Amino acid sequence: MITLAHFLTLGAVLFCIAVAGIFINRKNVITLLMAIELMLLAVNTNFVAFSRFLGDPSGQVFVFFILTVAAAESAIGLAILVVLFRNRATINVTEIDSMKG
Amino acid sequence: MSFQLICFYAFAAVTVGAALAVISVRSPVHAALCLVLTFFSTACTWLLADAEFLAIALVLVYVGAVMVLFLFVVMMLDLDLDPLREGFVRALPVGLVVAVVMLVEMLGLIGVRTMQLPAPPEPAAAAGMSNTSWLANALFSQFLLPFEVAALILTVAIVAAIPLTLRHRVGVRTQDPGRQVRVKARDRVRIVKMAAEKPAMPADAGETTP
Amino acid sequence: MLSKTILLVIVLAPLFGALVAGLLCNQVGRKGAAGVTIAGVLLSCALSFHVLYQLVWGGAATFNENLYTWFQVGSIGAHVGFLVDRLTAMMMVVVTFVSLMVHVYTIGYMAEDDGFQRFFSYIALFTFSMLMLVMSNNFLQLFFGWEAVGLVSYLLIGFWFKRPSAIFANMKAFLVNRVGDFGFLLGIAGVLFWFGSLDYSQVFAATASDLVASRTVEIFAGHPWHVATIVCICLFIGAMGKSAQVPLHVWLPDSMEGPTPISALIHAATMVTAGIFMVARMSPIFELSETALSFVLVIGATTALFTGLIGIVQNDIKRVVAYSTLSQLGYMTVALGVSAYAGGVYHLMTHAFFKALLFLGAGSVIVAMHHEQDMRYMGGLRKYMPVTWITMWLGSLALAGTPGFAGFFSKDAIIEAVGESHRWGSGYAYFCVMAGVFVTALYSFRLLYKTFHGKERFVVEAPHHGHGHHDAHHDDHGHHEPGHLAHAPHESPWVITLPLVLLAIPSVIVGWFTIGPMLFGGWFGDAIRVSGEEGRDVLGEIGREFHGPLAMMLHGFTQAPFWLAFAGFAVATWIWLLNPGVTERFKNALRPLYTMLNNKYWVDELYQAVFARGGIALGRGLWKGGDAGLIDGVAVNGSAALVDRVAATVRWLQSGYLYHYAFAMILGLIALLGGVWWVTHLAP
Repeated sequence: MITLAHFLTLGAVLFCIAVAGIFINRKNVITLLMAIELMLLAVNTNFVAFSRFLGDPSGQVFVFFILTVAAAESAIGLAILVVLFRNRATINVTEIDSMKG
Repeated sequence: MSFQLICFYAFAAVTVGAALAVISVRSPVHAALCLVLTFFSTACTWLLADAEFLAIALVLVYVGAVMVLFLFVVMMLDLDLDPLREGFVRALPVGLVVAVVMLVEMLGLIGVRTMQLPAPPEPAAAAGMSNTSWLANALFSQFLLPFEVAALILTVAIVAAIPLTLRHRVGVRTQDPGRQVRVKARDRVRIVKMAAEKPAMPADAGETTP
Repeated sequence: MLSKTILLVIVLAPLFGALVAGLLCNQVGRKGAAGVTIAGVLLSCALSFHVLYQLVWGGAATFNENLYTWFQVGSIGAHVGFLVDRLTAMMMVVVTFVSLMVHVYTIGYMAEDDGFQRFFSYIALFTFSMLMLVMSNNFLQLFFGWEAVGLVSYLLIGFWFKRPSAIFANMKAFLVNRVGDFGFLLGIAGVLFWFGSLDYSQVFAATASDLVASRTVEIFAGHPWHVATIVCICLFIGAMGKSAQVPLHVWLPDSMEGPTPISALIHAATMVTAGIFMVARMSPIFELSETALSFVLVIGATTALFTGLIGIVQNDIKRVVAYSTLSQLGYMTVALGVSAYAGGVYHLMTHAFFKALLFLGAGSVIVAMHHEQDMRYMGGLRKYMPVTWITMWLGSLALAGTPGFAGFFSKDAIIEAVGESHRWGSGYAYFCVMAGVFVTALYSFRLLYKTFHGKERFVVEAPHHGHGHHDAHHDDHGHHEPGHLAHAPHESPWVITLPLVLLAIPSVIVGWFTIGPMLFGGWFGDAIRVSGEEGRDVLGEIGREFHGPLAMMLHGFTQAPFWLAFAGFAVATWIWLLNPGVTERFKNALRPLYTMLNNKYWVDELYQAVFARGGIALGRGLWKGGDAGLIDGVAVNGSAALVDRVAATVRWLQSGYLYHYAFAMILGLIALLGGVWWVTHLAP
């Protein structure tokens, strides 16, 4: 019998893996973007689970929107990545510190 | 332990394993492929939660479009991977500690009691329709305006992505169809009015000679 | 009936002269400037005599009218108006007459000066200002005149503005007068606040009501003061500044840096007596406060004696006369302090004549000595300048109070009034004025002996000594060696001696004719009011024993003041005429006393150290601490520096690395989760 806790635990584990991924791959922007996708996936899993177990379609609608926005975000993020690589010839985050105070 | 639960554990295990691979493999291409696997198996767990539409959408949109885009970019860029892996080992303990602390906290919040909570009957079936109709009903009535906004956001993202990556190369000979269409006849041919040239008179020479 | 037109002409004629001489100085030239101002003052003087005649013999009523309203705020109006009664008329005559004499005298004295027209413009402007002051019928116009004479005084002390000492002196006069004027302004504000008007007649009418007279206010909690006391003391502080009473007297000796004619006009005869006039004019208010009058009395007595003592040791001829002026102003103030206002004003008048005479005489000597002012290099001048010599003698005899001379009547009346008074402080004042008589005689005759008698202590250089720059010496006064003159001293031209003679006449005789009516005859009428309480009207009590000037004169020979003056004369004769060498012995024997007097009780040094240095220190402290430190350092630069420092610290947080920001976010998330967990599970 699958319970709500199963899904929430799966989401939490995915989220924490994504966090760990951000930490250990802190120099690679592509992996960072992938980790962010993982986080969104974890959140979506939670939404789906709540929608199922509370009987409310709003959760699934939200997942729908998150997918939309995440797709747009990926597109823009990758576009920026391409421009960045074209201008700086690197995607190493440690070298991108023009905003340093 | 029901068949569904066994399936869930199987898919969850694949998801977690693939996710771990995403963050730990060396090559971004492999990471992207692992991410595809993660998405795929997550979609399967969603199916177990009776969210068929979203599961298919995830596979189609993410695996089919977004992740291909990722692969495309990763392959297009000529990455030097060594500096990017620097500090991987050093950051590992920190990342693990942070992740574990968060996980413990979250699990603590989720609690053990919810484990015993039985699932209610499937809401879409209870309402007498399929999951897709159930979702569409909500989306096109309650969430119509956000739906339109989401459409707009996607459009803006597409429009924004183009000028970001657009590049004017100098010294490249290209045709400009717009200018070709707009061109008028008078831009091409210039008619100059001038007096007719007369041939030089031989009498002139005779006159000047005394 | 007094004509408004005449009064306006009296005031405006000198102003017209001043404007013409000042603004058109190049067009009218030297003669024109002198001519137009003298004509203006002459007209003013003649009309003043006419006004006095009308008031005294013509039976004209007191003139009190507002001529022009400057502004009106609610019930308070600022007017230009004239109050002309006998007190005013007397002041007008004194001011215009002395001013006229000084104008004439100036032609000779300033003959070689480049600022000839400027000088005439100033003294005519002064005459206008002083007339505005004395003829005012309200406090605001009084204050206007008060400040205007102060301004002209400032301009004239610094007339030779290229001399640093003159600039220092005029600055000093201006600053010291500011102190007094501040009190004066507070007094006027008090009058307006408590009496509800600035108009003399309304204010004096208000003094009659018990409401004002008995009103008190607590400046320090628990010590109620009568408002009249506060107002009077504040007004008198103004008078102390203008009339150079003791703590604020320091500017008057230094004002001798100005040309001698203005020392005579402004710093002896008229402006410095403005304070005396003002107190006499305010007599209805002053009569309300016994405390304020005692204050006036003590200040006046101190001034009378102690500044006279300084006069004994001064060597500058003008400074001796200046300290004498201070001392005589002290006498006038003492008279005011014992409610003998008429006596004070009377002494003001006689003093104006003989002190102007003494100053102009000193100026004549200075001209003769080619601007040498040090008496140590004079002596024996009587054979060179007989007119000056005789008139100076007459002036000094009047000053010393020789029976029959003008100064005798006025000074004796004051001394007797002090003797009659039972006011707190009158014992001290009586001692001071008595001792002052001796001191007055001492310094007066010392001045005469050192200047006109004895051996010549200057050397006349031979006219053919062969120095090529002989003429330069002559023009460039004060640069040659002290005691060396290019020419022998000579009697001054008639424009200088004529005023001396004209001033000597009233110095001798004016007392004889005026003592009876002015002091004891109720001549001033309503202008001066003395309360009718028992023992207050000291002049009235003396008046009962007054049997004409001759009797008073003869009686004077038997009185202590005469013998004190005679003792002063005798001592002066013995020391400075018969035994010139004895002064050194005295000087050595009384070294501490001499040092103290020579340093003028170190009052200047004290002010310099406390107020000037203190002011500079305060200013520097406020500049460094308040402005540069607090406002610039803390408020302006400090806030910038704070932002800078905070930003410098905070910018460390802005590493620019994405993962740092992400880490911060995740830490925050962890904290948030921990908080939620705590709230839902662990908290009770």
